[in-house]
Amino acid sequence: MDSHAVAHGEAAHHDFEIPYNVHPRPDTGLYNAKLGIWLFLASEVMLFGALFSSFILIRTGAPSWPRGWEFLNVKLATANTFILIFSSVTVVLAWANLRLGNVKWGRIWIGITLLCALLFLVNKGFEYGHEFEEHRFPSTNNFLAIYFTMTGLHGLHVLGGVVVFGYLIGPGAKMWKTEPGRYTNRIEVAGLYWHFVDLVWIFLFPSLYLM
Amino acid sequence: MTEHPAEAAVPHDDHHSPEAIKKEIRVYLIVFGALAALTALTVYACYGLKMPPHIAIMIALAIASVKGFLVAGFFMHLLSEKKLIYSVLGLTVFFFAVLLWGPWHHFVDMIGK
Repeated sequence: MDSHAVAHGEAAHHDFEIPYNVHPRPDTGLYNAKLGIWLFLASEVMLFGALFSSFILIRTGAPSWPRGWEFLNVKLATANTFILIFSSVTVVLAWANLRLGNVKWGRIWIGITLLCALLFLVNKGFEYGHEFEEHRFPSTNNFLAIYFTMTGLHGLHVLGGVVVFGYLIGPGAKMWKTEPGRYTNRIEVAGLYWHFVDLVWIFLFPSLYLM
Repeated sequence: MTEHPAEAAVPHDDHHSPEAIKKEIRVYLIVFGALAALTALTVYACYGLKMPPHIAIMIALAIASVKGFLVAGFFMHLLSEKKLIYSVLGLTVFFFAVLLWGPWHHFVDMIGK
């Protein structure tokens, strides 16, 4: 390949590079993934919003309604609330450490976030197991149908977080060597998703367990 | 993996200086403390004191709203976000309100009967 061809090839490669992966667009002040995640979160608000709306409609229309704390495991759910809140702070600490260039602590905090997500799911598994042992199923009554639907969908989102953080701490971590800024942005975006998962639980917990 | 200087990871401006980031970390820890305390307060008020349902609902939702504000405002940085994000969220809030209008209308109808 002569020098002209090499130069042409480089130019072509440059032409195909997706802009604003690391640095924000001058007009919006946002990089691609950040706008993308917020649009995704907007759709998630509508998804959970529809479920909360149905919950309120069914509850206000019911002549009587069970109180969640009389039979659900409030202690385990409280522990899960603390776990999610703690994981929300660990993910921002991971992001902050990566911005400081401290990849070692960045990875440690991502790892702790991942462990918290797994612990949340294990606790949820114990909780569901106990409900099934007591013959409480989604088909038992409206309250349990709502409980299993909403906590189940939330649990799937936690599982999604496990996959994302597992990737970012595993094979995806290679990006730090070549594109540290882009990797840091990925952690920020994953963190925004994770905070949303925490936010949903903040409202689910009192609605289902404490009222 | 190698350590990279902060300059390599993020664009340059005052918000990304090491001092500003360390200050942010302190804020995150304070917010975490507040969230943990509010969670304990919710459980104590609604479960520990066994409040009547209507009072428990008001207390729990009020505290959950404060917690939601802390997470969205500080962890998701919505207190200092770009205009386009606010526009997206404004539209989301509008449609979310439409979703909640149905149950609210139903609730108000029931009070009248």
